[in-house]
Amino acid sequence: MARQLLKGNEAVAEAAVRAGLQSYFGYPITPQTELLEYLSHRMPELGRGFVQAESELGAVNMVYGAACTGARTMSSSSSPGVSLMLEGLSYIAGTELPAVLVDVMRGGPGLGNISPSQQDYNQIVHGGGHGDFKMIALAPCSVQESIDLTVLAFDLAEKYRSIAVVLTDGSIGQMMEPAELPEMRPVKFMDTDWAVRGAEGRDRRFLSSIYLDPPQEEQANLRMARRWEEIEANEVRFKEYYLDDADFAVVGFGSAGRIALSAVRQARAEGIKVGLLRPITVNPFPAKVLKEVAKKVQGMLVVEMNAGQMLDDVIRITNNCVPIEFFARLGGVMPFPEEVLVEIHRLAKGPLTTEGDPRSRWLKRASAAR
Amino acid sequence: MQTEVIISGFGGQGTLFAGQMLSYAAMDAGKEVTWIPSYGPEMRGGTANCTVVVSDEEIGSPLARNPKAAIVMNLPSLDKYEPLLQPGGVLVVNTSMVNREPTRKDIKVVLLPANDIAEKLGGQRLANMVMLGALLGNLPTMVTLEDLEAAVKAHLPARHQKFLPANLTAIREGAAVKAQ
Repeated sequence: MARQLLKGNEAVAEAAVRAGLQSYFGYPITPQTELLEYLSHRMPELGRGFVQAESELGAVNMVYGAACTGARTMSSSSSPGVSLMLEGLSYIAGTELPAVLVDVMRGGPGLGNISPSQQDYNQIVHGGGHGDFKMIALAPCSVQESIDLTVLAFDLAEKYRSIAVVLTDGSIGQMMEPAELPEMRPVKFMDTDWAVRGAEGRDRRFLSSIYLDPPQEEQANLRMARRWEEIEANEVRFKEYYLDDADFAVVGFGSAGRIALSAVRQARAEGIKVGLLRPITVNPFPAKVLKEVAKKVQGMLVVEMNAGQMLDDVIRITNNCVPIEFFARLGGVMPFPEEVLVEIHRLAKGPLTTEGDPRSRWLKRASAAR
Repeated sequence: MQTEVIISGFGGQGTLFAGQMLSYAAMDAGKEVTWIPSYGPEMRGGTANCTVVVSDEEIGSPLARNPKAAIVMNLPSLDKYEPLLQPGGVLVVNTSMVNREPTRKDIKVVLLPANDIAEKLGGQRLANMVMLGALLGNLPTMVTLEDLEAAVKAHLPARHQKFLPANLTAIREGAAVKAQ
């Protein structure tokens, strides 16, 4: 199929349609609204379900109901809207149902603003509501990757009876890039032994997140934990740039990752041997490759559009085996490559240390600069 | 090779659309391209701009602090982007809407009264295409005028196809204006 110039949010919507989306439930919020708007005409046109709910709470619980039938279903929102959905996500996870959520992150906390940020890393990777469950989190950096990961999110959600989140941001949602859409897949209910959509001719099935008998709840929790181990073993994805001979490595996901790529190229042109590791699945995190990279470089720079939420994971995984520095812009401000390049220069010049806290060193520099 | 262009003006001057046409031209010429609008709470008559990055390889940052080129449709845009252009960059200025000349000497400056030219060709709304033509006439390394003309033909919405000849003339008129 030929390349088309597509807007990120609309590309995600059409990718979901082509992945077999049967029903969508959402509530408008910038910078995600084009996704809902697109589906508001596209879904009825195809005879599929679309509901603009009364709120994010309504939307997520409609997704819960649709997921019980074994339909491919999704919602989408942006940071404050996702906060409202967390209770419902926990119920969906507790009932072990497949569902897809697109989070087009914006600046915050609170109402914040509508500019791009990565403030929901912890909310999606380490949060997601109460209880012992994890959500698959896929972080695209371009319109094409947004399409590919949306399709993948549906497949992984179904395969693992899990929630899969496409964790993107206002920049990727609003930009247009040439991209290729996949072929339209046939719409069909999942072939499962758990879905409830009429019990004629078979035994009754029951779906719930309630286990009043604690040992039964423990069994459910263990099942989820084992499933996550399987996901960790099979579904890690990342992209490496210029790491083969690198003395230094930058780590960043999504928009921060692609901005870092520009800086890495500039540094390479200056003769600095630096590479980039861009996690594509931020949950499960590419821990193995991060450890390998950490062992062979002299120093690492973590770049984010939040105050170091992924940094904590990088520090935990690398376990002090490599000096780490940190750089971020917050609150909806996108970093420019020149700012990341300054940090790469600092890294290359040294001195580097595994002592102290990279976040507080960054905060001191940032406070002096602004 | 990578080229970054900022197209900036008042809302309604067609800056976002001009950026999209440039993006189509780049895409159809087989290049990588990223178009990103400024978006935010804006009032009527507020500023509207977009950044277009054209490259031969995977594009990193969608934004550029120091772009290679800028199309400025009004005075606030000239004031904002003239100081930010890369040395040697191209600045295309709509003199119909500004009351001063650029002051930098280390850039290529293209001056043209785009609104007046557009008016003669059939309407103010062609000013964005006049300006885009002027950019490509003076920065042919990114995409060619022929690429742009083909893209406008292919991607102008069906309901606007009747305006195609005027748009093509506007591009040519703009391209005929050379840097000072």
